[in-house]
Amino acid sequence: MSTIWVALLLFSLVYGLASGNASATGSAALAGAPAAVKLCLETGGLICLWSGVMEVLRRAGALEALSRALSPLLTRLFPRSAHDCETMSALASNVSANLLGLGNAATPMGIRAASGMARLSDGAASDELCRLVVINTASIQLIPTTAASLRAAAGSATPFDILPAVWLSSIFSVGVGLAAAAVLSRLWR
Amino acid sequence: MDGVISLSAAAIITAAALGGLIRGVDVFSAMAEGAAEGLKTVLRIFPPLVALLTAVYMLRASGAVDALTSLVSPLLELLGIPPETSVLMLLRPISGSGALASASELMDEYGPDSLIGRTAAIMLGSTETTFYVIAVYFGAVGVKNTRWAVPAALCADLAGFAAAAFTAKFF
Repeated sequence: MSTIWVALLLFSLVYGLASGNASATGSAALAGAPAAVKLCLETGGLICLWSGVMEVLRRAGALEALSRALSPLLTRLFPRSAHDCETMSALASNVSANLLGLGNAATPMGIRAASGMARLSDGAASDELCRLVVINTASIQLIPTTAASLRAAAGSATPFDILPAVWLSSIFSVGVGLAAAAVLSRLWR
Repeated sequence: MDGVISLSAAAIITAAALGGLIRGVDVFSAMAEGAAEGLKTVLRIFPPLVALLTAVYMLRASGAVDALTSLVSPLLELLGIPPETSVLMLLRPISGSGALASASELMDEYGPDSLIGRTAAIMLGSTETTFYVIAVYFGAVGVKNTRWAVPAALCADLAGFAAAAFTAKFF
């Protein structure tokens, strides 16, 4: 991350000098930090609000309900791990927490499922472990609260009108990820 | 339809609160504790945002963003993706805060309800910080040979970006 940050800064500086935008680059260097304060203040309230709503849903048993609803699908996607009750329940909780946008709950559950799957393999990642990671790298959030909060803070008239588009894009993205996984798992020996 | 969409946030919040109350949850303290958790998230993302928004603003002012945009636009237009989002797509798999910084800058520049602003929001909502997730998972279970996890995850990201650009136009 340090390398990337320094590369971005250095590239901007050199490019700004070369293209005659040196003074604009100089003033922009001091504009980012106030913009970060503004962004956090404006989106902070909404992030807190949605985090609260999701906590209400979690305590109302939404995680368990989603896990139950998802388990037939997950059993088909992860046939080898399906015999292992503990791994499967961690997996179902991981996917459900992701759907609700509970990142703090999703990661430990996902890691528990991943270590269950790693036990069944020999050093290299098994097909199912890769599939679990692919599902987690493709966001599958029911309510994209950060993106909507960002739009609301920027003064959008209808910050939530991206919902159907986000759902379709997420489904397409996960679908392509799993399809790529299926193809690659045959090619990659 | 517009009315339904503009009420959706209010409806979701009310339904969650009512559902919780019916199921015997102390909804007010759940809400408050969840909000406190959200505050921690905001405090956690603020320091990296200071660093990354500085970089993103400099990148834009130096003219480098425009240069990159025109460089990659033939390829991206083929996929129907607005080339203005190229920095966002570049940062998205590497850094969550970087993507947030870039999306916020795009919305400031072009407006949150413009095609570019909407595309940026949908991209942000439908993809994840791929390399971070891969590092966390494989690191936690101690698997070094990740086989095809990285290429498959990047395929998913690319598909998500193209789908975001497509759905931003039609939904």
